[in-house]
Amino acid sequence: MATAAQELSKAPSVITLKGVNKWYGQFHVLSDINLDVKLGEKIVVCGPSGSGKSTLIRCINRLEEHQQGDIVVDGVMLSNDVKNIEAIRREVGMVFQSFNLFPHLTILDNLTLAPIWVKKTPKKDAEEIAMNLLKRVRIPEQALKYPGQLSGGQQQRVAIARALCMRPKIMLFDEPTSALDPEMVKEVLDVMVELAREGMTMICVTHEMGFARAVADRVIFMDRGEIVEQNEPEEFFAHPKNERTKLFLGQILHH
Amino acid sequence: MADVAQGERRQLAPPVNDAGAFGWLRKNLFSSWGNAITTIVLVGAIGWILARFIDWAVINAVWTAPTGQDCRGHGACWALIHEKYRYIFFGSFPYEQQWRPLLAVITMLAMLILSSDRRMWNARLLWIWGVGSFLTFLLMFGQIHISISLILFVALGAGGLGMLMRGGVGTPAEVNGWRALAAIGAVGLILRVTGVLPAWSLPIAPFDYVETHLWGGLPVTMILATYGLLFAFPYGILLALGRRSHLPLIKGLCVGFIELIRGVPLISLLIMASVMLPLFLPSGTTIDKFLRAQVAVILFAGAYIAEIIRGGLQSLPKGQFEAADAMGLNYFQKTTLIILPQALRVVIPPLINTFIGFFKDTSLVLIIGIFDFLNTANQALVDPNWAGFPGEVYLFAAFVYFCFCFSMSRYAKYLEVELNKGTRR
Repeated sequence: MATAAQELSKAPSVITLKGVNKWYGQFHVLSDINLDVKLGEKIVVCGPSGSGKSTLIRCINRLEEHQQGDIVVDGVMLSNDVKNIEAIRREVGMVFQSFNLFPHLTILDNLTLAPIWVKKTPKKDAEEIAMNLLKRVRIPEQALKYPGQLSGGQQQRVAIARALCMRPKIMLFDEPTSALDPEMVKEVLDVMVELAREGMTMICVTHEMGFARAVADRVIFMDRGEIVEQNEPEEFFAHPKNERTKLFLGQILHH
Repeated sequence: MADVAQGERRQLAPPVNDAGAFGWLRKNLFSSWGNAITTIVLVGAIGWILARFIDWAVINAVWTAPTGQDCRGHGACWALIHEKYRYIFFGSFPYEQQWRPLLAVITMLAMLILSSDRRMWNARLLWIWGVGSFLTFLLMFGQIHISISLILFVALGAGGLGMLMRGGVGTPAEVNGWRALAAIGAVGLILRVTGVLPAWSLPIAPFDYVETHLWGGLPVTMILATYGLLFAFPYGILLALGRRSHLPLIKGLCVGFIELIRGVPLISLLIMASVMLPLFLPSGTTIDKFLRAQVAVILFAGAYIAEIIRGGLQSLPKGQFEAADAMGLNYFQKTTLIILPQALRVVIPPLINTFIGFFKDTSLVLIIGIFDFLNTANQALVDPNWAGFPGEVYLFAAFVYFCFCFSMSRYAKYLEVELNKGTRR
């Protein structure tokens, strides 16, 4: 473990947040966030509902706008410049809680849309990449169906493949298994674990603590808009230091 | 305590509760004394009215007669329709030339039918409508002078559209082609306005020229409705998107326009277009009355269509916008590839409802002296030889309107099913 951590500390940073603050009206949703993510690092973000964890990762690809502080992704500073935002979004894939597949397009068209229009990949190549990714998430036979014909777990695997089609450097997961029926959680987590083993840089907002133990390099606990505690998973789960962390872990682990 | 299912699950057929037609009748029409009496009374009343109507409209009807006098004392006077149908369909268009509006109507119907097939929804449609519209107006006017300004304007428009649509995906050579076309159009137009290029036009004049004030009947209704909605539709989409814009100026303009137009009756807009607009134009310039009415219809329909489409846009989950954003699609790609295809599907029923409404509302152009189908039918009643048979004429007009509106309604139904194939959640 120690060697892996040492290797990571030598890796370059791909995401840097410095003094990031955000308010919804009077509500202080992100409070002085500092975060440095290394290339290849896997981070799990957890915390109670309304703690700002989704907002945090949505700020990284500008689905939400932060009001103070700097966010640098893959060397590009986020600003109001549309060119910068689009450059970052090309490098950052995102998977949502509610899948957000495009219901009027087939699975294959869902996957090839962004490569064709954003990256100008020729249609044939895009389809080949898409079919390979569908094989990787183990549903190539569904390529010509529409999202509405698939189960939730299958849809979420398509959503992961869709994000991977852009060959992103970083993947953001916003509670990817929260909207799934229990028997489908595993098939999605398996794909995510595989992705992590291949070295993808990942930030996952999730309450799947088994997943955190298996792949995370670092677990971050957020509460009331601030990062309360962060540590390697063994330490984090075995010896939480902050009272709020203990309370939260007590609530989600003992039931 | 464990209770475990044993053996195989029994596969049962659903229960049968209504046996055949007799069962259906009993269940729906004769389930109680009250229901039975209501059914018998209603069937009797409907049968009686229907018998009277058939007696009037078919059995006792007069199909041909020299004047309306011969119809008196008989049933329906279809002889009036027989006598006047040419006027009702084509208005004051020169009598011996009326094959032209007939062909124009057939051309428009052909365009509409061709474009109703989903397999035709591609670049072919532009050709169909370009050639078809040219034919329609050539037949109606008889002569068309294509000025150099128009050619340049079309070049600029086509080039601009090409740059917009293909800029992201076309090969560099193709994109440069569109750019060159737009540049030729723009430079040419500037040269023309500054007077460097002479006012030249290409005359196409196979027939006698017929002015728009002689047009009437079905072609007028069809042109006003078809081209009114054809232009109002994209215009309405732009207004709807503008109304949701984050830019205050664009949003304000769109909201202001929509509310202004929706706040006034179509009649007042038509009167403004026909009476007031000329007052603001420099003396000597005139805009054709028919064109003014057409523009008024486009503006009016655009505002209504915009509000319907806005409803469709609002019905989409926020996640669709976010997913498109997160993939790095720009605003134009997001709107045309993700948002509009879904939003328009949702609003097909209210949209067709508006289309049907506007098809009939074009009759209001009567107020500024344009004779559409309903107004020529009305005018046919003025002849003293045939006075006194409004029922027949209006029934006939209603029948023709019904054919159009019912086709639209059925087509909307087909479209809903067709577009939702496989995508139903």
